[in-house]
Amino acid sequence: MSNSFFIDTTLCTACRACQVACKQWHDLPAEITQNRGTYENPPDVSFNTYKVVRMRENVIDGKLNWLFFPEQCRHCIEPPCQDIAGDENAIYTDAKTGAVIYTANTKYLNFEEIREACPYNIPRKSSDGTMAKCDMCNDRVHNGLLPACVQTCPTGAMNFGKREEMLDLAQKRLLEVKAKYPKAELIDPNDVRVIYLVAYEPTLYHEFAIASNAAFDMTRQVALRKIFRPLKNIASHLF
Amino acid sequence: MTNHWIDIRNSDCILIMGSNAASNHPISFKYVTEAQKRGAKLISVDPRFTQTSAKADIYAPLRSGTDIAFLGGMINYILDKKLYNEEYVKNYTNAPFIVGKDYSFKNGLFSGYRKNPPASVTAGGYDKSKWAFELDNNGVPKMDRNLSNSRCVFQLLKKHYSRYNTKLVSKITGTPEQDLLTVYKTYAATGAKGKAGTSMYAMGWTQHTVGVQNIRTMAIIQLLLGNMGVAGGGINALRGESNVQGSTDHCLLWHIWPGYLKTPRSSDDTLDAYLKRWTPASKDPMSANWWQNTPKYMVSLLKSYFGDKATKENEFGYQWMPKVDDGKDYSWLTLFDEMYKGTFKGFMAWGQNPACSGSNANKNRKAMAKLDWMVNVNIFDNETGSFWRGPGMNPSTIKTEVFMLPCCVSVEKEGSITNSGRWMQWRYQGPKPLGNSLSDGHIIMQLGHKIKELYKKQGALPEPILNLKWDYETHGHFDSHKVAKEINGYFHEDVEIQGVLYKKGTLVPNFTKLQADGSTSSANWLYCNSYTEKGNMAARKGLEDAPNKIGLYPDFAWCWPLNRRIIYNRASVDPKGQPYDTQDWVIRWTGNKWIGDVPDGGWPPLQNLDGTLNPKSKYPFIMRKHGYGQIFGPGLTDGPFPEHYEPLECPVETNYMNPKQKISPVAPVYLTEADLTTEGTCDPRFPYVCSTYRVTEHWQTGLMTRPQPWLLELQPQVFVEMSEELSKLRGIKNGERVMVSSARGTLECTAIVTQRFKPFKIGGTIVHEVGVPWHFGWRWPEKGTEDSINLLTPPTGDPNTRIPETKAFMVNITKL
Repeated sequence: MSNSFFIDTTLCTACRACQVACKQWHDLPAEITQNRGTYENPPDVSFNTYKVVRMRENVIDGKLNWLFFPEQCRHCIEPPCQDIAGDENAIYTDAKTGAVIYTANTKYLNFEEIREACPYNIPRKSSDGTMAKCDMCNDRVHNGLLPACVQTCPTGAMNFGKREEMLDLAQKRLLEVKAKYPKAELIDPNDVRVIYLVAYEPTLYHEFAIASNAAFDMTRQVALRKIFRPLKNIASHLF
Repeated sequence: MTNHWIDIRNSDCILIMGSNAASNHPISFKYVTEAQKRGAKLISVDPRFTQTSAKADIYAPLRSGTDIAFLGGMINYILDKKLYNEEYVKNYTNAPFIVGKDYSFKNGLFSGYRKNPPASVTAGGYDKSKWAFELDNNGVPKMDRNLSNSRCVFQLLKKHYSRYNTKLVSKITGTPEQDLLTVYKTYAATGAKGKAGTSMYAMGWTQHTVGVQNIRTMAIIQLLLGNMGVAGGGINALRGESNVQGSTDHCLLWHIWPGYLKTPRSSDDTLDAYLKRWTPASKDPMSANWWQNTPKYMVSLLKSYFGDKATKENEFGYQWMPKVDDGKDYSWLTLFDEMYKGTFKGFMAWGQNPACSGSNANKNRKAMAKLDWMVNVNIFDNETGSFWRGPGMNPSTIKTEVFMLPCCVSVEKEGSITNSGRWMQWRYQGPKPLGNSLSDGHIIMQLGHKIKELYKKQGALPEPILNLKWDYETHGHFDSHKVAKEINGYFHEDVEIQGVLYKKGTLVPNFTKLQADGSTSSANWLYCNSYTEKGNMAARKGLEDAPNKIGLYPDFAWCWPLNRRIIYNRASVDPKGQPYDTQDWVIRWTGNKWIGDVPDGGWPPLQNLDGTLNPKSKYPFIMRKHGYGQIFGPGLTDGPFPEHYEPLECPVETNYMNPKQKISPVAPVYLTEADLTTEGTCDPRFPYVCSTYRVTEHWQTGLMTRPQPWLLELQPQVFVEMSEELSKLRGIKNGERVMVSSARGTLECTAIVTQRFKPFKIGGTIVHEVGVPWHFGWRWPEKGTEDSINLLTPPTGDPNTRIPETKAFMVNITKL
């Protein structure tokens, strides 16, 4: 069984060490940002930013909350992006770790299709069309290290390990926090390898915190793609 | 911290006030989170709903500068509802002490107040002898253990804080009464035996004209609830820099020498006079009165400075040491005041950035232009080194010659740091220093050698410099081990103590072995025990916990004093030596010895098993002259009890607690033309309260973080946070640039309009508060569009410490 993250947002303080650790490990350049009237920055995930901590103010039951959500790729069990790409040389799942990996060959894919296929609006592309997103620090994981974001987290919000262990931890924590947050839930735990525990309605944290119900259903478009896959694969290798 | 970081996890209730620990001490939340998982309640009290508040079980807002009103209300609540730990209060605090008849408090003033002449920096001062305790014929304070005498501390405390009812407190702080009661009830519950409440604070408490008294108020609460000395309790200052605890221990501040010895005054004209004046004497045989050892520590310090040149005949070199003038202040604010007036020719700006970090920084920038020279020792050029080409400066008219000495960063050198929890931890060198940069130690050594050379040739009064021991190098390079050993101290001759012979040249095992006769040296008595013949204790990495399993980890690093992880721990047990908290106990008397943490002295418990007093025992608060925790503190500049005074600049016409005394009667207010304030008026030009703070991503003035692209990406610009209500009032849109101004300066900021600030209802009127982080300056980001909020902060501070009042002052906000 592969790995999973368990992200306990009830423990996240939005120190954003994970965001910096991600950039540092992947040696990603900083974006030129502006303060847009919020702490949240950069404004979105991008080709150079795999992780953004969302920070949302919400009044819930008459009480102000500041909800923190370290957003990243969910490394789906059956990744729609991989499905729709249909090219293992561009998008594949590392069977050993469970990481969904984008290669340089993603530049030959149709970006809009890939992005629309993602239930969480994660993939982004560079100017030459190459796509990027969280890679689970697959190189670190293969060498027995934790992903950089998990390694640096001071509070235990970010966890990583064997999927079974993470699912157990997630269930245990869900039970614990229910006493304080009766509406607490795990987001899409059966579909993804990045399981979030949230105290309230997921969309209060971020528009794309939870997948829409239909997201994991095979769309007609994907079905059609699959029929033409062999042809497309040949085509991509001609470039 | 009286306790330490890991110990936070042992708490039942954590009050974070005057701090936003989740943002600014993120690692502390590892332990806060652990405590919460074990069922602890987290309370966040802050003018602004912060990342800490977001994790708290209870959040209560308060207007900046009203903490004493808030906490004074808690004292009143605890006393009124009898929620204090009575046994603790009677036995371990000075609650039973009888205060002399001269003490009084009327119209916002304590007895003994005298006005200074007009145009003095401070309006007046107190004759503290009016607050003295009544002594019996033996010179021991008179007590009423029943706490019923009308002049005993307990009754005076009750009387003083009975005025702090929730209605009045709410009127001052703007905190809804219901929120006050929720906080009081939750925190006061830790007065139950076996429960512990802790207080985590930072500059939100210290940087006020009542800074020291803010902390005193909490200390009184902790003493009432029996929270001092216990696991998960204490008064815990979260230090703003990784080694600020260490630098303070080693005399960063002007008024103390290493190990918190008093800086000699010019009137202390001989060593004997100094020792006579500053060594406290107690006539109570059960008071350890630890400072009675002052002569041993002072002589050992002088011996450390001057080595063999320090002899009994020459007062161990006491005359070679500089003294401060009586009654004169040499604090940061005063130094820059004098620099502004042209008193100095030169300035070593070492590891600091006063052009951005100092309150009223425009004055600091102008002051530096009055110098002949400045040496800037730092890892990068900063707003201080480049002040002459900063905003509003005309380089052609500035005579100051600036020298830049690049020093290497902490990871490039070996040495110790002491963290907030008093843990001295050894760090090894990582990468070699870049380029021409040198360690601070090396620069200081070289500077010392050069000065010695000059003094040898042509020095007037050369003895202090030439006799100074200056031998901390190995192969021509600064050797941190030699310094660490010097700090610990050596035997300078063979000494026999209680039948054990300690050989000349060996390291002193601990400060109980230091001598006043010149036979030992120690550059800091508190650290004596840190580097012994057993080795470098700070470098230890043992991971085994002590038997009480409360996270003491006694073999990991080293902690002052004597590796005691929780100080005042003899107050964690009942008079028979049994812990109040049987689960998370700190120490325990087995019948013939203490187990657990290193006890605050090895004396037996106060009472024998049959309840009779054991005369061999000592009271637990051993650093106090009389041995008791001080609910009544007659030593401070501004009063024996904390009292609510408004900040120098405040939004109310009246101090509702003291209509006749609006601000602290003893707070300093500087007087040059650069020190404009709106003191005493509700100046309509500056209607909004402003506070300053930090963000996770930047550090101090931002010198190490603003040039770092990954951090600048997260927090690229200085911002001002304000409520939605205020933004509507001022027609300001979220994210637009606005001008923030005070009586002293202006600053362009990006507006963050947020629900996390709410208007306060103060005495029936609406008061708005805004906040700005202070990490920015014009050198980075490179566009030069950002600058420091300290251009706006006021020229005043705490009367005891003169830390500036940067957490509460008045501003205006306008659209650009």
